[in-house]
Amino acid sequence: MTLGSVLLLGQTALKLGLICSLTVLALFLSYSMLNVCDLSTDGCFTLGAAVGAAVAISGHPFLSIIAAMAAGVCSGFVTALLQTKLGVESLLAGIIVNTGLYSINIAVMGGSSLLNMNKTETVFTMMKSVLSGTPLSGQFDLVVAGIAVVLVIAVLVLFLKTRLGLAIRATGNNADMVRSSSINPVFTTIVGLCVSNSFTALSGCLLAQSQKSVDINIGTGMVTIALASLLIGGTVMGRGGILIRAVGMVVGAFIFRLVYTVALRLNMPAFMLKLVSSIIVVIAISGPYLKKQWPQLKRRLSHRKGGDAAC
Amino acid sequence: MLKLNHISKTFNRGTVNEKVAITDLTLHLKKGDFATIIGSNGAGKSTLFNAICGDFLTDTGSVVLDNEDVTFKPQHQRARSIGRLYQDPMRGSAPGMTILENLALAAGSGGWFSHIRKADKERFREQLRLLDIGLEERMSQPVGLLSGGQRQALTLLMATMNPPKLLLLDEHTAALDPATADKVLELTKKIVEENHLTCLMITHNMHSALELGNRVLMMDSGRIVLDIEGEERDGLTVEDLLARFSSGAGKELDNDRILLS
Repeated sequence: MTLGSVLLLGQTALKLGLICSLTVLALFLSYSMLNVCDLSTDGCFTLGAAVGAAVAISGHPFLSIIAAMAAGVCSGFVTALLQTKLGVESLLAGIIVNTGLYSINIAVMGGSSLLNMNKTETVFTMMKSVLSGTPLSGQFDLVVAGIAVVLVIAVLVLFLKTRLGLAIRATGNNADMVRSSSINPVFTTIVGLCVSNSFTALSGCLLAQSQKSVDINIGTGMVTIALASLLIGGTVMGRGGILIRAVGMVVGAFIFRLVYTVALRLNMPAFMLKLVSSIIVVIAISGPYLKKQWPQLKRRLSHRKGGDAAC
Repeated sequence: MLKLNHISKTFNRGTVNEKVAITDLTLHLKKGDFATIIGSNGAGKSTLFNAICGDFLTDTGSVVLDNEDVTFKPQHQRARSIGRLYQDPMRGSAPGMTILENLALAAGSGGWFSHIRKADKERFREQLRLLDIGLEERMSQPVGLLSGGQRQALTLLMATMNPPKLLLLDEHTAALDPATADKVLELTKKIVEENHLTCLMITHNMHSALELGNRVLMMDSGRIVLDIEGEERDGLTVEDLLARFSSGAGKELDNDRILLS
């Protein structure tokens, strides 16, 4: 492998990692802060991609970003409403919205399951023409993704330090305490899920525009991939302030993509990605659990062999 | 200050699990009253607190707090005028957040998008210093690292930093070791006296039921069977109280956790 191809690999991993880290940051808010496992993530990611593509194709590259995020807010609002006001179990609410979004996404794409943006002006093509002739001209997609990630982290970190942000973090921690602070946890859950889903949709929108096409399966398995990145990021940079942890999410997304890109280079077929992400999530969640159980398990095993007196 | 007018509550009405929790209960507390509540298991003491806080809507009657009818107000709106401590020291604070962040939420000053200011931090530090358990040096540590007693003291501060119209204490020292319990109880007395709070305290310690406050209430089967205050209460012994209870309720006081000394 030449140095050039290694750099190219790193660049691809960085681009995909940056774009997908927006979804990881969304889960950082909903899963780590609000303690809600938002299973509507897959559908919402595709929704952002579909809405963004539809608006961009109609000739509004900047509006496409805003429209995608607004669509994400709506999706998050419905998920939150189901679980706070209508008595639907939190996991089930996500699954229901996810299923419903499949139809909506196809409707947004005009009844087709594929939209092409080969000749569409997007924020990526605009950045490409802005940067043409400068040393960064080859990295226009990294620049766009990087700007998006920096903006989202800045907004998220500032937001989590406000009174509303503190209330959202407390809701996932101890809803009783939020109520006794005269704040309605229903309100904080709704706001939290709206914000997190807007990030997810933004992530989908940018991925679609960078690869110049959307298909209905673009978001499939996204929640597991993002969760894997979140858990990797938490292991690498899980301690410290909110800013460090948020940056850790991006690092986690990058590491995940790097592992995956290398695996592809070693001739792992592309369809294995989802299995790899599932396994990473299982290892990241079960690993610490099994480590805790290990001493007990060890004693049981040695007892079975007759090496340890039972009484 | 607090007026409960003929409130009653039955859970699971019409099923085999039907449970009458509060029966036509009327209670008036004057401003500055500090009443202790004792009663048998399942007498409805905690349910009474839940009714006052708005955990559920009562079946009948009204809850009036400081001349405002709050019967139909949701929990978080009533929380503005009610401070509450639970028996479980873990229930009052968010373990994953720092002491400073917990206090900032409880203080509730500023708008939704306000940040914690330096002045706020100094104010919280002063208030923590008054607790005298060294928490002022640990403001950036997560609350989950504190002991039960420290967490209960912190919750007490959080519940009273904006002096509430009514303070509800639900056996808030029962889960603490005796020495810590005494300390938290001392703090409670100090804070209640300094802020002239109106206060209801559930306890299973007969001694503190008589020693603390100016009024003692005994509950049984969702009713207040005994309400003693003023001169009648002075000089009352634990034995007197038990005798009065059995004549009032028509049975012996039956509480497996009761402390007679």
